[in-house]
Parts: sequence; C-alpha cells; structure tokens
Amino acid sequence: MSMHTYDSAEAAAQPPAEATSAPREGSLLLWRVASVVLFCLLWEVAGRIPINVAFPPFSDVALAFGRMVADGSLPAALLNTLEPLVIGVVTATVVGIIMGVAMGLREELEWAGVPVFVVMQAAPMAALIPLITFIYGIGLVAKVLAVVILALPVIALNSYKAVRNASPSLRAMSRSFLGSKWQEITKIILPEASPMIFTGLRLGISAGFVGVVLAELLITPTGIGDLITYHRSVADYAEMYAVIATIILLAAVTVGLLERVEVALFRPEKRESAE
Amino acid sequence: MNAVDHIRAEQPHRAGTAADAIVEVCGVSKRYGSSVEALRDVSLDFPKGQLTSLLGPSGCGKTTLLKIIAGLLEPTAGEIRVKGTKITGPGPERAFVFQDFALMPWATVLRNAAFGLELRGVSKAEREKTAQHYINEVGLAGFEQRYPHELSGGMRQRVGLARALSVNADVLLLDEPFSAVDEQNRRKFQEDLLRLRQVENKTLIFVTHSIEEAVYLSDRIVLLSPRPGRVSDIIEPKISRDRSPDEIRRDPTYLDTVEEIWRGLRAYAD
Repeated sequence: MSMHTYDSAEAAAQPPAEATSAPREGSLLLWRVASVVLFCLLWEVAGRIPINVAFPPFSDVALAFGRMVADGSLPAALLNTLEPLVIGVVTATVVGIIMGVAMGLREELEWAGVPVFVVMQAAPMAALIPLITFIYGIGLVAKVLAVVILALPVIALNSYKAVRNASPSLRAMSRSFLGSKWQEITKIILPEASPMIFTGLRLGISAGFVGVVLAELLITPTGIGDLITYHRSVADYAEMYAVIATIILLAAVTVGLLERVEVALFRPEKRESAE
Repeated sequence: MNAVDHIRAEQPHRAGTAADAIVEVCGVSKRYGSSVEALRDVSLDFPKGQLTSLLGPSGCGKTTLLKIIAGLLEPTAGEIRVKGTKITGPGPERAFVFQDFALMPWATVLRNAAFGLELRGVSKAEREKTAQHYINEVGLAGFEQRYPHELSGGMRQRVGLARALSVNADVLLLDEPFSAVDEQNRRKFQEDLLRLRQVENKTLIFVTHSIEEAVYLSDRIVLLSPRPGRVSDIIEPKISRDRSPDEIRRDPTYLDTVEEIWRGLRAYAD
C-alpha cells in the first residue's frame, strides 16, 4: 500500500532547470566574449586618439606582452610574486575560515575577535604596510604579512556571518535526528555557510593580489611590482600596462576557478541548474 | 452532545496508570524569560497507536509543547516520559516533521530522506534502501535525484515525512506540517496520512490550528487555551475511519464536532 504517486503534472509545473539553461549558457559565453572584444576595441581607439602619451593602444600592449613572455622577464616576475601571494592567501584562508567559524559558533570568541577584524578591514592598509618593514624587515615574511593583513579580515568576517546566519530550523532538524554537535557543524552549518564563505574567499583573494602588489611597490621592488616600477621609470608604458593587465587577468581567473571549486564541492544543486 | 466524548480537563493526571500511554506529559510549564508564560502545568497522556492533535489559537503554546516533547526545548518545570522513561533531549523513539520542511537545499530527495539514518552512521547502501522504501511510500518515486527547490511545497513535506518514517521511530511529532502547503495538496496529503497510518503502526502527535484538519485526522483532540497555554478540553471524535474521505467530510458527526470545537474556541478569536 502506498500513497498516491506523482505523475508528471505537478512536476511539470517546475520544469527541470537543465532543459532551459543549456542554450542560455551558450549565449552567455558569447556575450562575455563580445564584452571583452568591445573593451579591447575601445582601448585601441582610446590609445590611438591618443588620450595621453602614457596610455598606449591595446595592440602595443599586446605586443609588449609577447616580448616580455619571449624574453622571460614576465614569467620570472610572476613566479617571484606568486610565492608570497600563495603563502599569504593560503594562510589567510585557513586562519580566516577557522577563526570566522569559531566566532560564529561561540559567543565569547565573537566578542573577542569580531572588533579586531572590523578595525583591520576599515584601516587604510596601504599606509600601514610600510610599518611592517620596521618589524619584519624587507624579506618574504613582510610580503606574506601584507597579503594576510589585506585578505584575512574579509574572509574571517564573511565566515563568521555565514555561520551566524545558519538556519535555526536546519540545526534543530539535525539535533532532533540525533546529530552530534560535530555533525551539525560539518553536515549542516558548513554546507549552508559555504556560499558566503566562498564570497569572502573571492574578496579575500582579490585583496591578497592587491596586498602583494602593494608590498612589492612599497616594501621592496621584486616580481610584478618591480616590473611595473621599472617600466614606468623608463617610460615603457606598453610594457607597464601589459604587466598590470596580466596580474588583473590572473586575479580574475583565480577568482573564477574558485567559484567552480565551490559549486563542485558544496552546492551540487547549483551545478545541476548551471550546466 | 453525545457525538463526542469529553474527558474533563480537571480530571487528575493518572501518571503511570495508563498502561497504553507511550508519551506522558507531567506538569510541564514553560516560560520564556520572566514575562512570557507559554505553558502552565500541562499534564497529558498520549495513547500508543493513536493520532492526537494539539489544537488551539496562536499563542497557546502548542508548538512549544511539541518541541518540549521532541526534546528540542527544555521545560521550565515538569517532565516528559516516553515509554515510561524521563527524556533529557531528542531520542531515537521520536521523529519530528517540521513546519518549514527543514530540508537541506544542497541535498537530493534521497539524501534528505536518508539523513536521519546518515546521522546515526548507517551505511550508505542500507540507509538509501530504507529511504527509498519510504520515498515510494509517500508517493515520491522517481524524484529521488531531485533537489528540494525543484519540488512543490506538498512534495517537500512528503520528503520531510519520509525522513521521519525512515528512522523507524514509534512517535511522529508533526508541527503544523500542512500550513505551508496549498489547499488541494493539503487535502490529498491528509488523506494519504490517514491511509499511511493504517500501514505504519505509529503514534502521531500533530499540531494544527485548523479545526477541520484536527477533526478529520484525529482520534483525540487536545484543546489548548492561550496565554498561558493550558489544557482546556480533550475531545474524542467518534468518526468511523473506514469510509471514504468524502463521506467522512459530510458525516454529521464530523460537522457537529467541528461546530462544537469552534463554539469553544470562539472566545479566543481576536
């Protein structure tokens, strides 16, 4: 004996998402490519007018990019920059998520921790970064610290808010079905918080890129920062813009990849409707 | 007046004497802070195998009482006994169906229905087999791999019911399960619940604010009065359940009982 079985009538009221999203996904890609092409065209036109002698057209920048890849100066600088960036971002991610989740779960940690991160987020970090050198000198540690200081607050605060906003109803559900505190955290709170935690990560990683470039401009000229400073000083503006565009592109790609990781790991229902 | 049996609320609580009571509420009071008194000295027995409704106007503490029975809230005074043992929190012999469904949006119907067993460490194959059985039972076969946002309100609550049935608890606690379900689906769901009751030998405790729903479904109706919540009456509708839903809804006994409860509750209407 079973209950009435649903036929397609009720299900049809909500058409499965994958049926409609495939063509939309295709045209979305088209629009994105069109937007990039339009941007490059406008850049080319603006550079040729020219707006300013220090603003080269897109084609010059693209050529400069090719030259710098060929002579190895750009890849070498990138590798140089990536070291403090990766160490800093990974540190900020691990520390930020752990502290944020802990603050969301325990009130006494919230009182102790949240004001510190709010102050860190509000402070003008570019002014404070040179102060790091007084304590940590001009080496790798100072640059890693610059990345962490910029990336950590937003990651920690977003994780904290995400956990704090976890649905009381789902938490009660977990308890009523005899879930332990640990199961409640790992099976309910973290998956539910993951979209907001990942938003914090995206913002944090973007901030990390800002931090590493600032460190290389303000602390010691190495890597990308050095390349920017050098080409600006000898008026190779095309090269300078090629370096800046590269670091922006790298940041954008990293943030985009992170989004994919999030959907794959935590939110299968979004993958289903996005494919 | 002979259509229903009244059990006087003043009747002293017979703790321990009711052999067939699976859940006993003994002198339970609940205060929120110092000013809000949600429940005052409520004593009730819930007989095994019956469907008992907690009915009353909003603010009478019926959901509070259900959550105390579930072990999700602590009573300020008094205690709950399940199968004769005092409870200290949620337990395996009770399963809860939530008003807002409480489904995990990131999990499929199958995983949601199996979640109670997942929390208990039952192996994936075994828990999915059990969940599958109850998914079929509540009429959701074919929807196992869907996500909650792809389902209607009525179907979502069927997942909530399948999850509660899967853990094989003796007592199902339903907190206004149909209040977020539209009217047609609510009726169909009520009929299905009655049919399911005949198959599954469960004790159901059901919170509702709908008089018709309570009379249609219940063996016993506990009427609660508001602020503070107290038991004002217990009614046992004498409606034969072996007829069709339409016949029950036109049964004079059914209509008289609804009318009588309404007269009793009228005083509390705003």
